[in-house]
Amino acid sequence: MIAREAYRSVGLIRSGRVIDPASGFDGVADVHIDERGRVLRVEKPSGARPADAGPHAVIDAAGKIVAPGFIDLHVHLREPGREDEETVATGSAAGVKGGFTTVCCMPNTEPAIADQETVRFVLDRAQAAPGRVHPIGAITRDREGKSLAQISDMIEAGAVAFSDDGAPVASAGLLRRAMQYAQMFNVPIVEHCEVPELSGQGVMHEGVISSKLGLKGIPAASEEICLARDIALARETGCHLHAAHLSTKGSVEIVRRAKSEGIRVTAEVTPHHLILTDDIIARDFDPLFKVNPPLRTAADVEALREGLRDGTIDCIATDHAPHAWQEKDGEFDLAPFGMVGLETALGVCIRALIESRVLDWPLLIACLTQRPAAAFHLDAGTIKPGAPADLVVIDPDAKWTVTADNLISKSKNSPFLGWELNGVVTAAVVDGRLVHHANGGHSAAASASSARPRR
Amino acid sequence: MDQSLTMTDAQKRPGGAPPEAAAPEGRLRIKHLLGLEGVCREDLELIFTTARSFKDILDRPIKKVPPLRGQTVVNLFYEPSTRTRISFELAEKRLSADVVNFTASASSVTKGESLRDTVKNILAMKTDVVVIRHPCPGAPHFLTRATDAIILNAGDGAHEHPTQGLLDIYTMWERWGEVKGKRVLIVGDILHSRVARSNIWGLLTMGATVAVVGPATLMPSFVNDLGIEVFTDMDKALAPGCDAINCLRIQRERQSSDFLPSMREYSRLYGVDARRAASLRPGGLIMHPGPMNRGVEITSDVADGSHSVILDQVTNGLAVRMAALYLLCGGTAPAREEGA
Repeated sequence: MIAREAYRSVGLIRSGRVIDPASGFDGVADVHIDERGRVLRVEKPSGARPADAGPHAVIDAAGKIVAPGFIDLHVHLREPGREDEETVATGSAAGVKGGFTTVCCMPNTEPAIADQETVRFVLDRAQAAPGRVHPIGAITRDREGKSLAQISDMIEAGAVAFSDDGAPVASAGLLRRAMQYAQMFNVPIVEHCEVPELSGQGVMHEGVISSKLGLKGIPAASEEICLARDIALARETGCHLHAAHLSTKGSVEIVRRAKSEGIRVTAEVTPHHLILTDDIIARDFDPLFKVNPPLRTAADVEALREGLRDGTIDCIATDHAPHAWQEKDGEFDLAPFGMVGLETALGVCIRALIESRVLDWPLLIACLTQRPAAAFHLDAGTIKPGAPADLVVIDPDAKWTVTADNLISKSKNSPFLGWELNGVVTAAVVDGRLVHHANGGHSAAASASSARPRR
Repeated sequence: MDQSLTMTDAQKRPGGAPPEAAAPEGRLRIKHLLGLEGVCREDLELIFTTARSFKDILDRPIKKVPPLRGQTVVNLFYEPSTRTRISFELAEKRLSADVVNFTASASSVTKGESLRDTVKNILAMKTDVVVIRHPCPGAPHFLTRATDAIILNAGDGAHEHPTQGLLDIYTMWERWGEVKGKRVLIVGDILHSRVARSNIWGLLTMGATVAVVGPATLMPSFVNDLGIEVFTDMDKALAPGCDAINCLRIQRERQSSDFLPSMREYSRLYGVDARRAASLRPGGLIMHPGPMNRGVEITSDVADGSHSVILDQVTNGLAVRMAALYLLCGGTAPAREEGA
């Protein structure tokens, strides 16, 4: 990987349909970028020729969509500890290819991101990443759920939020303390909502399909009870609760009610929970579909889509979870939870939301930019003059087929292998630098994959 | 909602479901025996008629026939099993197959070898059929993706135990000549039972009415959606009349893990005793997949009584497994003796 400064600078993105939900702009325009890598102005197309941008690159976006760079509040980059699955740099590269110019990485690494040194380590590794990477710190020491981690120290080092993701903070008392403490610094507490005793050894959604397959189920109540508990604590402490990867109809209703009461709660949903249902596991028990929270029912998918449409759910986050192929190549019960998602998110969202007429383009882009930026107080997600020039150019009609070979993440555990998707990010710009270009290939380090799947 | 799951060809992977095209006369439509869900009535009846032919052979002085001569069958058992493993092994030998037994406890699995690698290594020794017993649901399905061998599921976790389901239904079919219209009650731990699931699917396909009864803690949470009658009260389940009662084995650890307050209570609520057995319709059957906990799920007088076909099930298991192996390896029904 190479430092971002080594990428070519961009001076102008011409004639695209510029959609910037933060400023309410939606129209054909030119986006000019200054020498410092910030948005200079957005104006009606002037027919500017490449020379107008001086030595900087000009991107012709005619017929394409120009949007703020996407922001993913929930990724697992596996560094430190499992660099064979992903690194900060390779995960960021996969991110910019998928349009995510900013990613926030979860702390369930080995060792966990639970102190100042590890936050700094991740940020140091991010120097060689094409996109922006913000660490999320652990709520509890080593994510053990026993005592508070050094929250203030980690904020000082650059952590933007706190989570024990992969597991909830099981102790309500400790979570209450964490929320009281985090509230002083106005940082969100991100909860993986699950009651461990209810989920038990569950590996998929508890429903008709699990009953047929004999697989142990994770009931919807497991998520909903924990979410209701966490919201009650958010109400009491005034802390901002961000509910990760909602998956059930009941959860959407709980968040909707909490928001109506003015409780500080935001929520995210993954692309896979917006399109896949548990019955796909019945096809052949493929561990590629094993994820936590599990794929639920069609009614849940419908409720999640509606929750996104009406603003109950704030944003889309991938929960990108790379796993070595051999770990997903076996028995469903024994495989780890999780799926990669950074590179397929846009195409899946187009299929699930745009083609299904659930959202229009401005609202989809808001869910990927303005809303996540607001949730984590990030200086990103807009094309206003003066904002960092983090931009994507999207060809919404370009078709591509998801294969292991065309995913650049180090891990290939995508549930969408073999799917033909619409929507390609043809260019991604970070800080005014062209970090990804679909025609020019990826100028960051190639993704090394030790094991290629047979599909 | 729109169902966006439109698969490309690349996504369609082999499973156990029967292909659309009709099989040649007298041949199975399924390529593997992974479960009874989705197996059509014609295939079930083909297995039954073939099993009947093999059962005749089992009564002869020389009980061996040559159809699988030259074929190698691996019995891959990742769980302790006595009855099923012996039954399969005997069925394979009766068909003149070469048999290799692989048990996980004394194998490379303990050294961390993956299921794929284990099977690949076994198949590299030019074996043709894998009979697999595994604690994880779907393990046999995984093998269909990982290998080109013919796969027989000998029980995968709580998912299915298709040959047990086949032998149970065959036992009824043989006794009654017809399963359609009969009411079969399955008693006990439905939640953890692969036997129950295979019985449910096979019996429904054959046109029987299926009822299940057991404590709510041992029922799958969405059991009402499986197209069967569901009871928690044994006497209410028996009230409409039953043609067969299939008692499932209740494992003692269900008590220690809080599914049941006590085995004594379970026995009182769900044990099949003479009074309950007497409610059977004429020609009714008492069944049990074994091994039995006498005095818990069934009393000795019932287990050894006139309605009991528990030992017939064992004999039929051999015939049904011979039939399944024979037909999956390309045999046609009825089985012809070739120089036997």
